Amino acid sequence: MKQIKTKQTQVPSQAAAVLEKPESQLKEMWEALRENKAAVVGLVIILFLMLVALLGPLIMPYDPDFSDMTKSFIHPCAQHWFGTDQLGRDIFSRIISGTRISLTVGLSAVAISLTVGVILGSIAGYRGGKADTIIMRIMDMMLAIPSILLAIAFMAALGKGIDKAVIAIGLVSIPEYARIVRGCILSVKENDYVQAARVIGNKSSRIIFKHILPNVMSSIVVRATLGISTAVLDTAALGFLGLGVQPPAAEWGDMLGRARGFIFTAPYTLIFPGIAITITVLAFNLLGDGLRDALDPKSRKN
Amino acid sequence: MLLEVNHLKTDFKLKHGIVHAVDDISFSLEKGEILAIVGESGSGKSVTSLSIMRLLQEPGHIAGGEILFKGEDLLKKSKTEMQTVRGDQISMIFQEPMTSLNPVYRIKDQIMESIMTHMKLSPKEALERTIHMLDIVGIPSPKERANDYPHQMSGGMRQRVMTAMALSCRPELLIADEPTTALDVTIQAQILDLLYHMREKFNMAVLLITHDLGVVSEAADRVIVMYCGKIVEEAEVKSLFANPMHPYTLGLLHSIPRLEDESDEPLYMIKGMVPDPLHMPDGCPFSDRCDKCMERCRKSMPELIEKDGHKVRCFLYETEKEEAQDYE
Amino acid sequence: MSEVLIEVKNLAKYFNMENDFFGRPVSVLKAVDDVSFQIHKGEAFGLVGESGCGKTTIGKMLVNLYTPTRGQILFEGTDLTSLSAEKRRAFCKNIQLIFQDPYASLNPRMTIGDIIAEPIKINKLLPKDQIEKRVTYLLNCVGLANHQRNRYPHEFSGGQRQRVGIARALAVEPKLIVCDEPVSALDVSIQAQVLNLLDDLKAEFGLTYLFIAHGLNVVKHISDRVGVMYLGKLVEIAPKKELYSNPLHPYTQALLSAIPSVDPTKRKERIILTGDVPSPINPPEGCRFCSRCYKKTDGCDGAEPVLKEVSPGHFVACCLY
Repeated sequence: MKQIKTKQTQVPSQAAAVLEKPESQLKEMWEALRENKAAVVGLVIILFLMLVALLGPLIMPYDPDFSDMTKSFIHPCAQHWFGTDQLGRDIFSRIISGTRISLTVGLSAVAISLTVGVILGSIAGYRGGKADTIIMRIMDMMLAIPSILLAIAFMAALGKGIDKAVIAIGLVSIPEYARIVRGCILSVKENDYVQAARVIGNKSSRIIFKHILPNVMSSIVVRATLGISTAVLDTAALGFLGLGVQPPAAEWGDMLGRARGFIFTAPYTLIFPGIAITITVLAFNLLGDGLRDALDPKSRKN
Repeated sequence: MLLEVNHLKTDFKLKHGIVHAVDDISFSLEKGEILAIVGESGSGKSVTSLSIMRLLQEPGHIAGGEILFKGEDLLKKSKTEMQTVRGDQISMIFQEPMTSLNPVYRIKDQIMESIMTHMKLSPKEALERTIHMLDIVGIPSPKERANDYPHQMSGGMRQRVMTAMALSCRPELLIADEPTTALDVTIQAQILDLLYHMREKFNMAVLLITHDLGVVSEAADRVIVMYCGKIVEEAEVKSLFANPMHPYTLGLLHSIPRLEDESDEPLYMIKGMVPDPLHMPDGCPFSDRCDKCMERCRKSMPELIEKDGHKVRCFLYETEKEEAQDYE
Repeated sequence: MSEVLIEVKNLAKYFNMENDFFGRPVSVLKAVDDVSFQIHKGEAFGLVGESGCGKTTIGKMLVNLYTPTRGQILFEGTDLTSLSAEKRRAFCKNIQLIFQDPYASLNPRMTIGDIIAEPIKINKLLPKDQIEKRVTYLLNCVGLANHQRNRYPHEFSGGQRQRVGIARALAVEPKLIVCDEPVSALDVSIQAQVLNLLDDLKAEFGLTYLFIAHGLNVVKHISDRVGVMYLGKLVEIAPKKELYSNPLHPYTQALLSAIPSVDPTKRKERIILTGDVPSPINPPEGCRFCSRCYKKTDGCDGAEPVLKEVSPGHFVACCLY
């Protein structure tokens, strides 16, 4: 290849000075997020919860499953910060144990919904035609049923247990991700740079993963963060109904469900699991909202 | 004098600094005159028109100067006072007719709204006037087409509808911001022709904003060339094309591929690019790209001087006397 | 005359706008309708027309963005329309496209170095260690500096972005480049730079161009031969000098006349066409220009005119000839 003497000028020095530091999208997003105090609070709480979940067994004062009937219904005091439940188990330790369960289920379920939803939504959005119609009609059918009922139906088919609960909750949320991804793909698909990717010889799968999805990531990330809080709630709901985690495992919803009868006599058996659920859900919602505002270029002050 | 702009300054406050989009410009427009403002991206021509109409949005704001329309300063008027001026005495047509027309309202409703806001007419009279305007701008079967929605019309038709809407209250000044840029060449010819006729018929003044020197040559009486927020040349159109003075104007004229050009030589190019508005060079903003740049050009900004009705902002034309005065 | 690089035969592209209940098309947009022409190796073929004429659609069919409804595309003898999807994709090494909008045609999340390297990587044209050097070379070819390769598109001006688009098209060493209105979105003073660059690159690398534009003045500078399209059909083809000095089709004459002259002393009598460009949905039978033609005769109603060679190399589709 010969070197050509280009007659064109190079970029003038002043303009080159402007092009010094490439500002990455991530950095800008982080800065915008930092300014949103509510989101920062949510993030701090989530990090705290993750720490608790990780260190669980190390910080629990008692074995959460150890039952001593002589010590049942002790009010919150110095030895038992949250008191004990009807079977004499330390509630504080059970709450900590429950953190692990809730976060694990929440994150795993969202991981399932996300993966399957993105794949289905990508096929539907990019291919269009029959594939699109079939996939989206199935998604519509799933969305027509309230998510809890659908989860219960899945559990009935799959059986009880925490792993089945993860799958059930995961399956239930697939349609939402599929829809978001499909919508984003439809809007991005006609952009010139996607067409350019085709012109230079990319295969469809590579176009979707390398060119379209990264530009669509922000919507997905927001939805996933909010989805974790939904998953935590669904887990609690299933647990409340006795369908999810099996005893003696300490799941917050399960704890709530079993403590229903003691609302007047020992309200602390209900209050602490309730607060735990509320704080967790709130934290993820705050973070999710903050992310959405930070990632939406229109709401960012420019 | 219909319009007199004196030392207008418009700034944009950005995160990284202040951009002087319009940097102290002054010009005037007579009744019935077509004045063209020519410039490229970053020249400030569109911001000028938006400033006159007081349609600027944050982070832009007018930082100084006065805009005298029929003797009254528009910058001193309140919001409600400006609303009576807009559409009635000064009207505007935009570049993108599709995004300037509301897609959910019929054409006739949009034009009638403008008429009924400014004139005391009954709906029946307003409709008649609407159809009459559509006819004047050359829409075939105006009575039927008035019921159309914008998406049912082509680009050229939509631009005519915009023109009809702008002219419906017989404004004295029409500001046309790149009215033909988005249109095909044969339609462009029609729209320019239309503007010309409207000027003849209604003695309307037109402020024509464009980047296309061909359009200027065909349609305008006088022309102002803007670069980086400043006026660099101002003259009658014949004068400008016969004797372009500023190196930027010269460069622009030479770099346009022309039909009449028979040679196979490479096109003349202006080297470099428009400077970053946040990092404007000291001195003349065109100095980096100018073939005839002198030491002096990089240090100080030339003044706008007049030679036989032809104004130019360039040190090349300052006489020794003026140069000496400068150094005093 | 050098050999034919690409030949388009009876090419057509229809879009179904509306289907009835049974899925049969009710209104059909005939974007391109029975178009045939050849481009010779090393030549720049200008394709001109206004919105809706189908010129961009033809360009997109050549680079496999659209599949032709009918007709053939023969590249060095191979019929591209008869190839499997995979084989057709492999032809991207021979035909590339430069897009019109420099702001939309570069992925905002990729550095320009990656954008230019991508076609080389996915077509496995060079071993990994040589790609960086080639990208540097391409950047220099289009007048950009190597130290800018890690910048993102939004940090560049329109003219520079278009140069990146050109470098990307050059990366696979194609034989034919389709330039889809490459300068219409740029400022006037930058247009000249990019047009000159395209000229230089063509000479240097022996490229062949299909240069699509809506302005006859832009096309004149860079083309050897020019084709004029109207509503999905080719109405005139001629060598450059011939077309501009002796336009035969009334539409070509009107197009030339409509271009504003940059000389106010020559404010000419213009041919102003009445009416708008008709919609390419369910276009009229017979000559499609009839409704706006100012040289209509009685003989014009009836059969659609076909491209006829009226003088050497000069073809026109009009009843008058």
